[in-house]
Amino acid sequence: MRYLPLTQPDREAMLAVIGAADIDALFIDVPQSARLTAPIAALPLHAPEQTVERALGAMAAKNMTAGTVPFFVGGGAYKHHVPASVDHIIQRGEFLTAYTPYQPEIAQGTLQVLFEFQTQVARLLGMDVANASMYDGSTAMTEAVFMARRVTRRAKALVSAGVHPHYVNVLKTLTQFTDDVVEVGEPALQSGKPGDDIDALMAGIDAETSCVVVQNPNVFGHVADLAPLAQACHAAGALLVVVVTEVVSLGAMMSPGEMGADIVVGEGQSIGNGLNFGGPYLGLFATRDKYVRQMPGRLCGETVDADGKRGFVLTLSTREQHIRREKATSNICTNSGLCALAFSVHMTLLGEKGLRHLASLNHAHAVQLAERLGRIPGVELVTTTFFNEFTLKLPVEARPVVRKLADRGVLGGISLGRLYPGVAALDRGMLVAVTETATDADFDAFEDALDEVLA
Amino acid sequence: MMNSQGRVTRIAGTGSVAETFTGNKALMLEEPLLFERGAVDRCGVDLDDVPVVQDRLGGLARTAPINLPGLSEPETVRHYTRLSRQNYAIDLGIFPLGSCTMKHNPRLNEKMARLPGFADIHPLQPQPTVQGALQLIDTLATWLKLLTGMPEVAMSPKAGAHGELCGMLAIRAALEARGDARSVVLVPESAHGTNPATAAFCGYAVENIPANARGRVDVEALLARLGPDVAAVMITNPNTCGLFEPDMVAICDAVHAAGGFVYCDGANFNAIVGRVRPGDLGIDAMHINLHKTFSTPHGGGGPGSGPVVFSAALAQFAPLPFVRKTKDGFELVEEAQAKASSDHDHSFGRMVAFHGQMGMFVRALAYMMSHGADGLRQVAEDAVLNANYILASLKDVYTAPFAATGPCMHEALFSDDFLEGTGLTTLDLAKAMIDEGFHPMTMYFPLVVHGAMLVEPTETESRASLDQLIGAMRSIAERMLADPDAWRTSPHLAPRRRLDETAAARKPVLRYTPGRDAA
Repeated sequence: MRYLPLTQPDREAMLAVIGAADIDALFIDVPQSARLTAPIAALPLHAPEQTVERALGAMAAKNMTAGTVPFFVGGGAYKHHVPASVDHIIQRGEFLTAYTPYQPEIAQGTLQVLFEFQTQVARLLGMDVANASMYDGSTAMTEAVFMARRVTRRAKALVSAGVHPHYVNVLKTLTQFTDDVVEVGEPALQSGKPGDDIDALMAGIDAETSCVVVQNPNVFGHVADLAPLAQACHAAGALLVVVVTEVVSLGAMMSPGEMGADIVVGEGQSIGNGLNFGGPYLGLFATRDKYVRQMPGRLCGETVDADGKRGFVLTLSTREQHIRREKATSNICTNSGLCALAFSVHMTLLGEKGLRHLASLNHAHAVQLAERLGRIPGVELVTTTFFNEFTLKLPVEARPVVRKLADRGVLGGISLGRLYPGVAALDRGMLVAVTETATDADFDAFEDALDEVLA
Repeated sequence: MMNSQGRVTRIAGTGSVAETFTGNKALMLEEPLLFERGAVDRCGVDLDDVPVVQDRLGGLARTAPINLPGLSEPETVRHYTRLSRQNYAIDLGIFPLGSCTMKHNPRLNEKMARLPGFADIHPLQPQPTVQGALQLIDTLATWLKLLTGMPEVAMSPKAGAHGELCGMLAIRAALEARGDARSVVLVPESAHGTNPATAAFCGYAVENIPANARGRVDVEALLARLGPDVAAVMITNPNTCGLFEPDMVAICDAVHAAGGFVYCDGANFNAIVGRVRPGDLGIDAMHINLHKTFSTPHGGGGPGSGPVVFSAALAQFAPLPFVRKTKDGFELVEEAQAKASSDHDHSFGRMVAFHGQMGMFVRALAYMMSHGADGLRQVAEDAVLNANYILASLKDVYTAPFAATGPCMHEALFSDDFLEGTGLTTLDLAKAMIDEGFHPMTMYFPLVVHGAMLVEPTETESRASLDQLIGAMRSIAERMLADPDAWRTSPHLAPRRRLDETAAARKPVLRYTPGRDAA
């Protein structure tokens, strides 16, 4: 029990100070019927470090890891190279083991990082102001819909067919017992622009619409100009919410803010954070200055101390649950601090020059692979405008193809059948993501394996 | 003062804290903002050359600058290392934050979470390629079910408050499934601040239930309010006064008899783990902050992880996805279709894009296996022992409103009554602790006690460390009472003196803007 410093003589001496006969005397308020008298028998006893390492190492060894095989899986989580110094910095105890900065005088390190993070995110997304992060992209999107309702006092959200279906599921879960109305488009693999329903969305906006939610690049990889949609939203008094699941794309593409978005949310995992089987991830949330007080989540602001020196504090807490209780903008009382730090460090290492270079590399790799795979007989490249992810239409159902590729040691993408179970129109679709980590040898392996599986 | 070479020849300044040329104080370093130091063409990564291709961006290529400054790798490391040194952290000393549970963070957990087999796998890889990850989730789920005596657990909630939402959605789904439209959730005053916000997000009206003079739920008031409109009671146990609710079984029985459910905020599970199974008390749903009870580093604000355990009455309403054992291994059920004909056929939906906080699952399981069933029981005993030791050692100086009613659990509660007449407050005391080298206790919480100070030492503090904290807190209190005027301006020795939070809220500055004068 190496984590417990008290010795038995310590415990006895402390009980004497307290004036308690034994440890049971301290649990006197627990009903006798609910007290356990011995360690739970079905669980093992304490184990030394090497035993734990061996047991967990055995589980880890059963998984096929992204870094060891040709890897092309995306769909809202991306494999990018994270520089070694990022993990070095986030493992520093003063960042790693610090609490929420409620005592700002001795938390300036964390607070300055959050202030820098907010600035980086706002600039990247093309918005005025960003918060200190959310749980992930999907919960950030749901919070954006709730925020649009508070701003517009309307209850109907139009959601594009191109939004990640898991994100849509989260939104539906959290609105099922409220009177929010969520209308979601039907996805289709139309050639050239899969999942693009911007015309239909523009036609659907009415006086009840609080917001239109659209993802760019969308879940099929397609990228679109959102400026006309933004104009249509604003003409009708609705907000445009833009979701970005691959933030590296913003190094190559016009930002949502430039296209007219009012709220931009995103998944920040791509910068500084590993795949981690789905979490912990980093929700990004940004908006226009005029909506700041309707924003959910934690915010860090600049101020001065008693000597007039610049310093930072958590601020605008009157929006938050510990003060507003049931009238709070959100029940969220945390942020993804360490993931935000990792994002910020990686972004600092990249700088604008590095981010643009990284984005160009991702795009060029994707274009190369899309052209190669599109030439395989029977395979159609459905997406013609994309960043680093595109949709292929296979001559057969994609779900077993993905598994057969894995049997050949290639993690070749995501079948749309997994993302949209039971939707026959999509079951031949395969979503392929390519990042800077892919090599020519990986491309060869993928092309050969797909050729073989489809033959 | 500088000579002609720009060297400091004489330290100018007043009082004990001297001004220097750099603004640095010995090893405490001032650090400008990244935006004041970096440049858009400076880069700390080397990347491969970009192959020449015809772009497919559809005319949407970025033309405008982003204005993101970069730094070289050595500059980056130095920037963040300097910033790190302006933080207090559990690795530097005790963090006696009541209700927040800041304990030692074993580096074994970090090492395990970084194994490529856990850290470098994608949530949508084919399931046969992630059997070890699914096994880990299933193993952790088994530990959580056994430790709580509850038959089902939802692993995906991303934090404690997210877990509350998950639990309340399951309760709402269960009520809807039986066609029972209830509109009210009762929240005792001693509950966490997130509870009312959560109930409101699930579409319920919130009514508060007062605390009694003993710091517990006023059971009579609670029972009197029960009725056919009450969907649930959200109760924190051990509560935010650091006390166990002794009438928990009776409360659960009465709520069930009235057709409602009991949600328990399990943030303080570390006080009872291995000694009490919440399932034996009769609760229906409870989130467990893995990061608190089973030690994930807090990282200056998260991320956390908040799995929710469910009673049999709510098990079938738990969210997607869930892990199921099959004859071939483990299966992750992600789809509404696949859940049919299973024991989850009333799942209320999905809480997050993927499967929850894998990184925290690994850390929590490493911590559990290290402690074992015997060690986890010892965790609760030592956490409670340490808190009562602090209570017993300070109650003659600090006002301890509930000390007369018996032992506390994992945290000791004091009020600022002993400062009456000095003009000093809990805030002054907290800031004085900073100058003594400690992180302050939780202040002004819970709301039911005036000028509250909530001290939670946790089980990973030694007796020597507790004695040091006790000595400092006694000394500060005694000196404050003897000479109140000397204590209105702490801290003096921190990287910053008291920060103006009012100004920050009145005119929010939430991003860096070049050329704007902060002061």
